[in-house]
Amino acid sequence: METMLSILVGVLFTIGTYLLLSGNLLRIIFGTSILSHAVNLLILTMGGLKTGAPPLLGLGRSTFTDPLPQALILTAIVINFATTALFLVLSYRAYKVLGTDDTQLMRGNENE
Amino acid sequence: MHTLHFIVLCPFLFALFVPLLYKYLTPRVHTGWFVLLVPITLFLYLLRFVPRISEGNNLLRSVPWMPSFNFDFTLYLDGLGLIFGLLITGIGALVILYSIYYMSKHTEALHNFYVYLLLFMGAMLGVVFSDNILLLYVFWELTSISSFLLIAYWYQRERSRYGAQKSMMITIFGGLSMLAGFIMLSMITGTYSIRDMISHVGDITSDSLFIPAMILILLGAFTKSAQFPFSIWLPGAMEAPTPISAYLHSATMVKAGIYLVARFTPVFGGEAEWFWLVSGIGLVTLLYGSLNAVKQTDLKALLAYSTISQLGLIMSLFGVGSAALYFTGSDESSVYAVAVLAAVFHLINHSTFKGALFMVVGIIDHETGTRDIRKLGGLMQIMPVSFTLALIGAFSMAGLPPFNGFLSKEMFFTAMLDASKMSIFNMDTLGALFPAVAWVASVFTFIYCLVLVFKTFRGKYKPERLDKKPHEAPLGMLIPPIVLASLVVGIFFFPNALSKYFLQPASHAVLPGLPENVFAKKISAWHGFNPELIMTVGVVLFGILLYRSRKSWVGLLRRYPEPLTLNSFYALGLERGEEGSRFLTEKYMTGSIRDYIVYTFGFLTLLAGGALLVSNRLSFSSVNNAPITLFEGAIAVALLTASFAVLFAKTRMASIIALGGIGYLVSILFVIFRAPDLALTQMVIETVTTVLFLLCYYHLPKFPKAAGRMPFKPLNLIISLGVGATVTLFALASNGNRMFEPISSYYKNSYELAGAKNIVNAILVDFRGIDTMMEISVLSIAALGVFTLIKLNLDRGGKNEETK
Repeated sequence: METMLSILVGVLFTIGTYLLLSGNLLRIIFGTSILSHAVNLLILTMGGLKTGAPPLLGLGRSTFTDPLPQALILTAIVINFATTALFLVLSYRAYKVLGTDDTQLMRGNENE
Repeated sequence: MHTLHFIVLCPFLFALFVPLLYKYLTPRVHTGWFVLLVPITLFLYLLRFVPRISEGNNLLRSVPWMPSFNFDFTLYLDGLGLIFGLLITGIGALVILYSIYYMSKHTEALHNFYVYLLLFMGAMLGVVFSDNILLLYVFWELTSISSFLLIAYWYQRERSRYGAQKSMMITIFGGLSMLAGFIMLSMITGTYSIRDMISHVGDITSDSLFIPAMILILLGAFTKSAQFPFSIWLPGAMEAPTPISAYLHSATMVKAGIYLVARFTPVFGGEAEWFWLVSGIGLVTLLYGSLNAVKQTDLKALLAYSTISQLGLIMSLFGVGSAALYFTGSDESSVYAVAVLAAVFHLINHSTFKGALFMVVGIIDHETGTRDIRKLGGLMQIMPVSFTLALIGAFSMAGLPPFNGFLSKEMFFTAMLDASKMSIFNMDTLGALFPAVAWVASVFTFIYCLVLVFKTFRGKYKPERLDKKPHEAPLGMLIPPIVLASLVVGIFFFPNALSKYFLQPASHAVLPGLPENVFAKKISAWHGFNPELIMTVGVVLFGILLYRSRKSWVGLLRRYPEPLTLNSFYALGLERGEEGSRFLTEKYMTGSIRDYIVYTFGFLTLLAGGALLVSNRLSFSSVNNAPITLFEGAIAVALLTASFAVLFAKTRMASIIALGGIGYLVSILFVIFRAPDLALTQMVIETVTTVLFLLCYYHLPKFPKAAGRMPFKPLNLIISLGVGATVTLFALASNGNRMFEPISSYYKNSYELAGAKNIVNAILVDFRGIDTMMEISVLSIAALGVFTLIKLNLDRGGKNEETK
């Protein structure tokens, strides 16, 4: 299971990186989203999979999956959401102001 | 604090008051009169030390500066330092007196001038009195900086700025190499004190850092003293006001390198590398300077090249003198010790006559408005005093009696003849070059001295070519060169008083291991018929002959191609350096974000992936792996499909939906892997994100129309595959190498410790609550950012939209 997930994470990384390199603002945002999914899965995989019950004491079980990676991922998800939202609005604004979404055309400033 | 510290710090302290004096007392009193007090006081004060230094009672005074680094403000006064101290303050006083008449109090920014001059004087005193090499370096760079400020004193002129920049570049380059050499020396010896180093010479010469340290320190000395090929800054520095040229660029700063060589002779001397570098470069500089001086038409340029040449002479004498250390203990050492005596002697002589000559040239410039030899002539009747002074200075420089240059020139020939008989350092093959080069250079020295005097003061008077009607300079301007010229003559007649009180203690400081009596040689004007005298007669005869026929051969010297001069190499080097770095920067700083991402990920793949492969840590183990069920496999396949769909989607809508699909599939994975809170959050967040994308849908830019599908770029694919492979390899390798048990068993106590049954929530708000607080801040800041981006409408942005 871990091996399969590691490869899956690698494929997600490949796709995310490829999207980042595309030079199109919207695709870059898609790329960062995929990358963040990949990272979350990677953290979870590294913590070990399916070694016990969900980390809830009320279930009356003696072994749990590792709760710490879950807490870390929970934080990461929220932060990722915040940055994605900001990037989205930023790209919207950049498109409005500059009239393009091609990062190749977005260099320098008008003073140059 | 001792008075020695006061001597060094006094100019700096006085420099603080100069602007006030200038502000409140100009134009009633020339600021220079106040400044004049400083060098006079210091000179008289230093004179008091002469008797005790000549008896060998050197002075060492230390004040802690950074005690934890062993970096103390340690000053040391011995014969060598005293000579330099007296030159600096004595000639400093004369130059300031001269500048009072040279610099107009109505038109010049005198406060700048005297502040820089005092800074320089203090720094120079610091250089020659420092015992701590780091302290020496501090003062060394201060002289570079104050010299830079002084050369560019008339900063409105482009040539001044160019000259200042050039001298700064070269001397700072040398200064930094010297610092590196100093650090190596202190690594070898474990001390910063020059005196301690000298007492541990044996350990130094056997160290592997010995040669690098020597070369780096010599780089510092050669750049500062304008030795070949670093001499190019000195003619450029002639854009400074003449008092500055007289002070810095003939008598003091350019001798700092000489001082350094003399000071470190006990450390490095006696080695073949030191001997050859110092004396070889000195002789090359001597010849180069004298050849170049002959063809100059500007008087200051001529003097600049003659300074270069004379510094080369002194340098070569110190080189030859260092051989005495090789013979320590035997009689032969006294033969070469004479060279050091001659070097110190010529150093003093050069300061006197060159200072006087610069002042005379300044007077000519001041009174006629030009320094061009072609415009000058026939000034003898008009300026008889200046003529006399120029004659004394120039003939002393040429090495004629009855002037002090004659004595040191004779000693120079003696030293070179002795050097040619040397049996060590391969001198038996190349030794004959030494007197030959010295003789040829002396002939050219003789010629340019004749040019200096006779082309300026004799010949036809050409009043129509001069800007002003020339007349003799005011008395105040003439006094300083008169004092120097009388020293020139006085030293010739009484050299042995000078020798006893100054030359011998200084030579002893340069060659400390030798017995005192080797230096007690009588310097006499008449020393019998010997090769030296014949050489001098030859110099005079050939010099007069060549001077007469100067017109026929000087053209040959001038025909030397301009692109092959050191100056054009320097200019070309600067230009190429700028072009090269611009080219390089423009090559990789493309301004395209894609390129920078390529660099980042490329390095990630190469360094991280490469390190993983090289370090041989790739061991996989699937022992602890959980089994794969059909359901999980199906979800993984669906995940892959959805992500490829994002990649290949032609429209935005398809991409957004596929991305949402990925999010929901990930949350299903969270469910499988027993993470209920994660699944919940992921589900909600994914929904909100998708809604956000859809909300913005109509405002979002469309995918490029030409090709809905992304254009394929092989490099992108390679980089992406590299990143994916690296991450996979890392994941697999770290999964197979679990080092120790996770700490998570501790969190089983969450009910007892925190009163919570949901462990993940307990971690989030109790055990690691600060993370959560910050995460809330992130969310708030993002919300504010989104709000601002939508609402804020700056004028500039508005204008932009209008222009589109």
